[in-house]
Amino acid sequence: MEENLTKTCLHDRHVALGALMSPFGGFDMPIQYKGITEEHNAVRHEVGVFDVSHMGEVRVKGADACKFVNHIFVNDVTGAPDGQIFYGMMCNEKGGTVDDLLVYKVSDDEYFLVINASNIAKDVDWILKNSEGFDVEIIDQSPYYGEVAIQGPKAEETVEQVLNIPVKDIPFYNFKTIHIDGEDIIVSRTGYTGEDGFEVYGSHDFTRKTWDKLMDASVQPCGLGCRDTLRFEVGLPLYGDELSEDITPIEASLSMFVKLDKPEFIGKEALATQKADGVKRRIVGIELEGNAIPRHGYPVEIDGKQIGEITTGYRSISTGKSVAMAMIEKPYDKLGTNVEVRIRKKTFPAKVIKKRFYDKNYKK
Amino acid sequence: MSKILEDLRYADSHEWVKLEGDIATIGISDYAQHALGNIVYVDMPEVGDEVSQGEDFGAVESVKAASDLISPVSGEVIEINEALEDEPELVNQDPYSNWIMKVKVSDASEIDSLLDAAAYAKICEE
Repeated sequence: MEENLTKTCLHDRHVALGALMSPFGGFDMPIQYKGITEEHNAVRHEVGVFDVSHMGEVRVKGADACKFVNHIFVNDVTGAPDGQIFYGMMCNEKGGTVDDLLVYKVSDDEYFLVINASNIAKDVDWILKNSEGFDVEIIDQSPYYGEVAIQGPKAEETVEQVLNIPVKDIPFYNFKTIHIDGEDIIVSRTGYTGEDGFEVYGSHDFTRKTWDKLMDASVQPCGLGCRDTLRFEVGLPLYGDELSEDITPIEASLSMFVKLDKPEFIGKEALATQKADGVKRRIVGIELEGNAIPRHGYPVEIDGKQIGEITTGYRSISTGKSVAMAMIEKPYDKLGTNVEVRIRKKTFPAKVIKKRFYDKNYKK
Repeated sequence: MSKILEDLRYADSHEWVKLEGDIATIGISDYAQHALGNIVYVDMPEVGDEVSQGEDFGAVESVKAASDLISPVSGEVIEINEALEDEPELVNQDPYSNWIMKVKVSDASEIDSLLDAAAYAKICEE
């Protein structure tokens, strides 16, 4: 293992299971156990469990908590009921994306933010820096929490029966704080796979016990390999590929999460201008005609001229088609546009399609 | 322990070669197919293409990534294994009988710069 990598609280279990390990976001993470295809299919058709303890958690507490969250977050958390969860972004002054995240409303003066592993230090710094002048306390709880994600059509019965955590009545994009084994754990009906599922946040000890129960019940452990193929199929972005400091949510085709009617937030002016003027480029879906596989970084061309680049591409495990998300310049982003993808020395015909390659199966 | 056939020559990029007269049959080793995991696509050259020793001639792809294939010899591609178009996983099943391409070599002595089975085995152990 590389010198500077952090281990999650489940690291020894992954190694004992013979997982293929690899660095991700500063952590030594499991990429696959049985195989990406098998794990992907387990989540699509039954249930699988992911160690997502590498994710970061930040608690925002205080009289100005709601006001502050609305200042750094593009989505609008005003007037939300306790227990609701929002997806959105923190943007910089240019409208570029600092991170995409989930915001859990605990109460009017407490919010729980879940951020990407690769951005923990940057995000905590950003949040602290921008909290000046707000009556809030910022607590980085990333080292404390472990997290597992149980995903798939059988996720609900698995969490209920194997973990004895009552989750049947948690609506989609909601969470509960439950007292179990002497500690408060958080369970949300959220995930990154397009299937029904739950994310469970607890202490390292609780997380280990939870994982062990799931392994004893023969639940398929799933790694970051299929985590990427699953989110990709249903059109979800990955920070670093479809979102970055240089890619705005509007360019990422995620403008539905940007509430421009909020009075103010960091990046509002730049995003409002971009919306009014129209973006110059956009993330869209691409489908190739044959079996060749488009990959991150491959150029997208028309008549030998580059007009875009693949951000994420795979042979879709669920549909068998060679598809990709790509950042394409206007006006070539229009649905149905014929383009070419350059793969090594040859080009392959493709066309612009919607980036949802497979339908989500959320329990709404 | 990966399987290594005695009568083949190997490149340190894990391709194997069997030279019969001036026809070289080329594939990837057991070590390579195992490291790649399930192969979902083999990007092969076309018959008639020129290949050069040390230059890439295609790729073998797993779910996660594409891995360049480096030609161990120079010459003209005279045959490709079309079965791999529909069944790329054949390379995982038997990487030695499921060859990728056949090349009419331009310089048979190039094979001397390749590794023999013993030398290749040492590389795999590192």
